[in-house]
Amino acid sequence: MHKAQILVIDDEVQIQRLLHITLQREDFDVSSASTAAEGITRVAQHPPDLVLLDLGLPDKSGHDVLKHLREWYSKPILIISVQSDEAAIVKALDDGANDYVIKPFRTGELVARVRTALRNAAAEGNKTELTFSDLTIDLVSRAVKKKGVAVKLTATEYSLLSLLARNGGKVLTHHYMLTQIWGQHYHEQSQYLRVFIGQLRKKIEDDPNRPTYIVTESGVGYRFTAHQ
Amino acid sequence: MRNAETVKGFLFNKPPKKRQYAICIFTVAGATIICSGLDKFIDYRNVALILLVTVSCLAMFLDILPVLLAATLSALVWDFFFIPPRLTLTIGETEDRILLIMYFVIALINAVLTFKIRQMEKEVREKSERAREVKFYNTLFNSLSHELRTPITTIIGASDNLMNQSVRLDDTTRKELLAEVSIAALRLNQQVENLLSMSRLESGVFQIKKDWVDVNELIHKVVHHLEPQLEKFRTSIDIGENLPLFKLDFGIMEQVLYNLIYNAVIHTPENTTITIQALFTEGKLILKVADNGRGFPEDEFENVFTKFYQPQGSKGGTGLGLSIVKGFVEAHHGTITLENLPVCGAMFTVTIETEVTHLNKINDA
Repeated sequence: MHKAQILVIDDEVQIQRLLHITLQREDFDVSSASTAAEGITRVAQHPPDLVLLDLGLPDKSGHDVLKHLREWYSKPILIISVQSDEAAIVKALDDGANDYVIKPFRTGELVARVRTALRNAAAEGNKTELTFSDLTIDLVSRAVKKKGVAVKLTATEYSLLSLLARNGGKVLTHHYMLTQIWGQHYHEQSQYLRVFIGQLRKKIEDDPNRPTYIVTESGVGYRFTAHQ
Repeated sequence: MRNAETVKGFLFNKPPKKRQYAICIFTVAGATIICSGLDKFIDYRNVALILLVTVSCLAMFLDILPVLLAATLSALVWDFFFIPPRLTLTIGETEDRILLIMYFVIALINAVLTFKIRQMEKEVREKSERAREVKFYNTLFNSLSHELRTPITTIIGASDNLMNQSVRLDDTTRKELLAEVSIAALRLNQQVENLLSMSRLESGVFQIKKDWVDVNELIHKVVHHLEPQLEKFRTSIDIGENLPLFKLDFGIMEQVLYNLIYNAVIHTPENTTITIQALFTEGKLILKVADNGRGFPEDEFENVFTKFYQPQGSKGGTGLGLSIVKGFVEAHHGTITLENLPVCGAMFTVTIETEVTHLNKINDA
């Protein structure tokens, strides 16, 4: 089988080495670039299956690299960023990054994010039914079942759930969700999102206070954890 | 903390410059009026003594220049109103001329000497305060460097052992060493996190980003995050029904609660109860974190939120957690208070007044 190729764009040699060891062990084909320029050239010459991009690069901001890559590169881009930089993360996600991992990260978490992003990219977009451990969403009939029992959702609750589930594993920003569900003019009305997420959790989570499906990403958005 | 003006002594806060001059003029005028009233009973030479005492009294409290003004003014007043011929600045007797000069010189010497003594006293006080402060910060930096160097030492030591070819380690030892590295790194991360938060707060450019927050979600997220630490405790969560949504900075409030609960975890004995409460009263969000521990010594209450503060016999920590909490709460224009509970334990109460929305349920079916 073809090994997934991953390009790491990070100027820190130690991080490069760590990612090499971690990802190679998981049977990925890893290469790295230390500067923005080198990274962009590499992606252009040998487009990898996934890019791990650090936001703090010596020659150019990671944000610029991201925007530049997104002009023609459509495969997953994961951001690796230092902590306490919510605004930067939100910006990167809104600019087309698929996910983010915060430094310091646990390697298990990183590998899981990489796998999810690759799986989502490979998944065909014409699935009619999504199944997660005890939750089934029929995208055609708009029916949701939990442990085989039909769950009654309002129209908005359903749109929210299907948006999250179709992007399983990926973090969706508040801004993105608001504009997708309610439209452009609602992008600052996050109170709607809070209320609906609360209602939705009561209907689909075993314990709404300890959600396992809809996870809060502080200051950024929500992520549907797709433990299939 | 260092504010010489507030230190108790026989000196108190000096009034502002302009007022000092006014005080001098009025006091000299007052003394003159009193002396005029006593004119029938006392000799004009005694008046000089009364004025001298007045100037000396002023010298005890005021700056040198206003006192010099008072000395000059009182000499002129004495000459004009009391030395014969009265109501003129001319002096009849040579003896009186000498007296006036003597008066003026004594008043000046008095003013200058008092001023010098006060300055010396101030220097001594500042020096001892400085020494106390240096000692205080040395203790603090010692604990901070201890907190940072211990995990670093562990990491370096453990990896040295693991890399050393000449030492043969069995599998269990290798695993133990690796576990130590991991624990040390996590501990270091926590301390660095605190130091970064502190620098953010002190940078002067720190700003919170408010958005609608479901407090229920906030509290459970923090508790979930602290689950491994809370395993050895009983946790009681009491969240008021139908709380509105509050405009808060989610990430920052997460850290506030995290630090408060973590503080309870490290400073109270295992198997006790940690209580987290949230309520909405009088338009304010109130968050309480209480424990069953020993509580805080009452005389240390005011130091608890001071940077680097460590309670007596503390089990470690950089002493930054609670001062970060205070800074973050104040960034929300809120307050935080500490009290000991009647039976045992301590309770922190965070009060924040912010925008709320009662949009609890939306019907869109």
